[in-house]
Amino acid sequence: MKRFLGFVRKEFYHIFRDKRSLFILFGMPVAQILLFGFAITNEINNVDIAVLNQSKDVNTQEITQKIDASKYFTIKRFLTSEKEIEEAFKKGDIKAVINFEKDFSEHLIKEGQGSIQILTDATDPNTASAITNYISSIIQSYQQQQNQGVQMDYQIHPEVRMVYNPELKSVFMFVPGVMTIILMLVSAMMTSISITREKELGTMEILLVSPLSSFQVIVGKVVPYIFLSMINAAIIIFLGITVFKMPIAGNLILLGLESVLFIITSLALGILISTMVKTQQTAMMISLMGLMLPVILLSGFIFPISSMPPPLQVISNIVPAKWFITIAKGIMLKGVGLGYLLKETLILIGMTVFFIALSIKKYKIRLE
Amino acid sequence: MKEENVIISKGLTKRFGGFTAVDAITFEVKKGEIFGFLGANGAGKTTAMKMLIGISNPTGGEAMVAGFDVHTQQDAIKKNIGYMSQKFALYDDLTVAENITFYGGIYGLSRKQIREKRTKLIETLGLGEIAHQLVGSLPLGWKQKLAFSVAMLHDPQIVFLDEPTGGVDPITRRQFWEMIYKAADKGTTIFVTTHYMDEAEYCHRVSIMVAGKIEALDTPKKLKEQFEVSSMNDVFLRLARNIE
Repeated sequence: MKRFLGFVRKEFYHIFRDKRSLFILFGMPVAQILLFGFAITNEINNVDIAVLNQSKDVNTQEITQKIDASKYFTIKRFLTSEKEIEEAFKKGDIKAVINFEKDFSEHLIKEGQGSIQILTDATDPNTASAITNYISSIIQSYQQQQNQGVQMDYQIHPEVRMVYNPELKSVFMFVPGVMTIILMLVSAMMTSISITREKELGTMEILLVSPLSSFQVIVGKVVPYIFLSMINAAIIIFLGITVFKMPIAGNLILLGLESVLFIITSLALGILISTMVKTQQTAMMISLMGLMLPVILLSGFIFPISSMPPPLQVISNIVPAKWFITIAKGIMLKGVGLGYLLKETLILIGMTVFFIALSIKKYKIRLE
Repeated sequence: MKEENVIISKGLTKRFGGFTAVDAITFEVKKGEIFGFLGANGAGKTTAMKMLIGISNPTGGEAMVAGFDVHTQQDAIKKNIGYMSQKFALYDDLTVAENITFYGGIYGLSRKQIREKRTKLIETLGLGEIAHQLVGSLPLGWKQKLAFSVAMLHDPQIVFLDEPTGGVDPITRRQFWEMIYKAADKGTTIFVTTHYMDEAEYCHRVSIMVAGKIEALDTPKKLKEQFEVSSMNDVFLRLARNIE
């Protein structure tokens, strides 16, 4: 045991003396959470738009005012002809143009139908569709105001309620996601780098020749990172709660335990990587390309899995991060307990056992 | 006093699939001897050494190292030998003192033992002023001496040195060999592989491996007489050419 503790102490020396790994360990989580929280957002806020009003009557004035008054849009410019529309988009400062047809009110009253054209800059498709939705709903609500008291044959009122994240704050989606990425990267990448570094330096040989068992060596390598990853998870949850006012609906202890499970899964993956490669560089490349991309693209962190093509949906099942994100979102946003997350938890445990078994096998082959 | 053998190898063999890396090598090493283990790259000397230090399982044959069986008592062997490899096995980002403490720790020395050894070692090597500097900042020669001393820290019966002097200047090599002689005088057995044929001359006895087999084993002097040449380098070339 004393041998083992001496080994763990040495690992901490390595970590705290290496500025690069310290930065990855503690700089990255904070930077990512702030970046995703503040900068990368799907929310619509004060988007600059332009209006081309070809009829200039009461209805069009009212609609224009209603749009300008909302917090989502700012009318930056009024255009005078359709020719100016393209020019306005090309400048790039406006994201949408609202074009009222000639004699809008007249058509509305006489024919019961008025046309409004909404043009959006779809170079950014997500924002474009969000903008159209928002503008349409503003116009919709104006129409309902106008029709109040008027008898209509039919009227369908869809009443929408967004549960678990009523304000549609994207940061609520990012906190579990970033936590997953960070835990995965820190645990898997740092372990694989630190083991391959010993191989590269030749110190691994010395450790194998020493009375330390290979099991002690591997566990000794892993223990400091379990500890540091837990600190990271705590930092991320703390930032989520304090800076972004994220409510944690579920049990914090359960969240902590599930995080430890996921950390161990990632560490096992890191050990597996290190048994397969020889240099730190390859270990880093594999961790970044082989882990970071699937975690971002296939875990449901940014792109919903349900809207992926079927082959990708199948592949996403082997990404451990997918299961942890489901768990983290479930606990943080929905407040569900272990009962609802049993399947995900068991899958993560299964993966961990598989990775460990595989690395022990690989490790033995190398020793033979 | 009867000379005792600390390494006894009988027909030790290692096969990788159809390729025989080490082909039934038989030899003995006496206590306190400096035994040179020579061979060209790929001749199988590293593989043979790995079996002797307990990190590779032999395919056939027998060997006893420090009184323990390489097949069944690898853990006991590990406790009784020291090892230094061609790459310097010290941690650059740890200080001199921390490196010593770490190696003492993994060999199971008590805290008190480690403290005494550390003080003594730092004093003998004259490292007093830089004991708390990172090893990475030391010149190569110093690192090498330190690595050797660290491998000797737990007073092993045998020290295995795998090309210990690669890439160092002749003066440092000379000093390093003086350390080896001192250790051997105290009764430690030295098992050393090397590329440098002039170093082979320093050994008490040398074996030369060619294509997995030990083709020659004797004192440097007798080997030179046997092949009727004036240097170990020529002995080596003769052997390599005969095989071809």
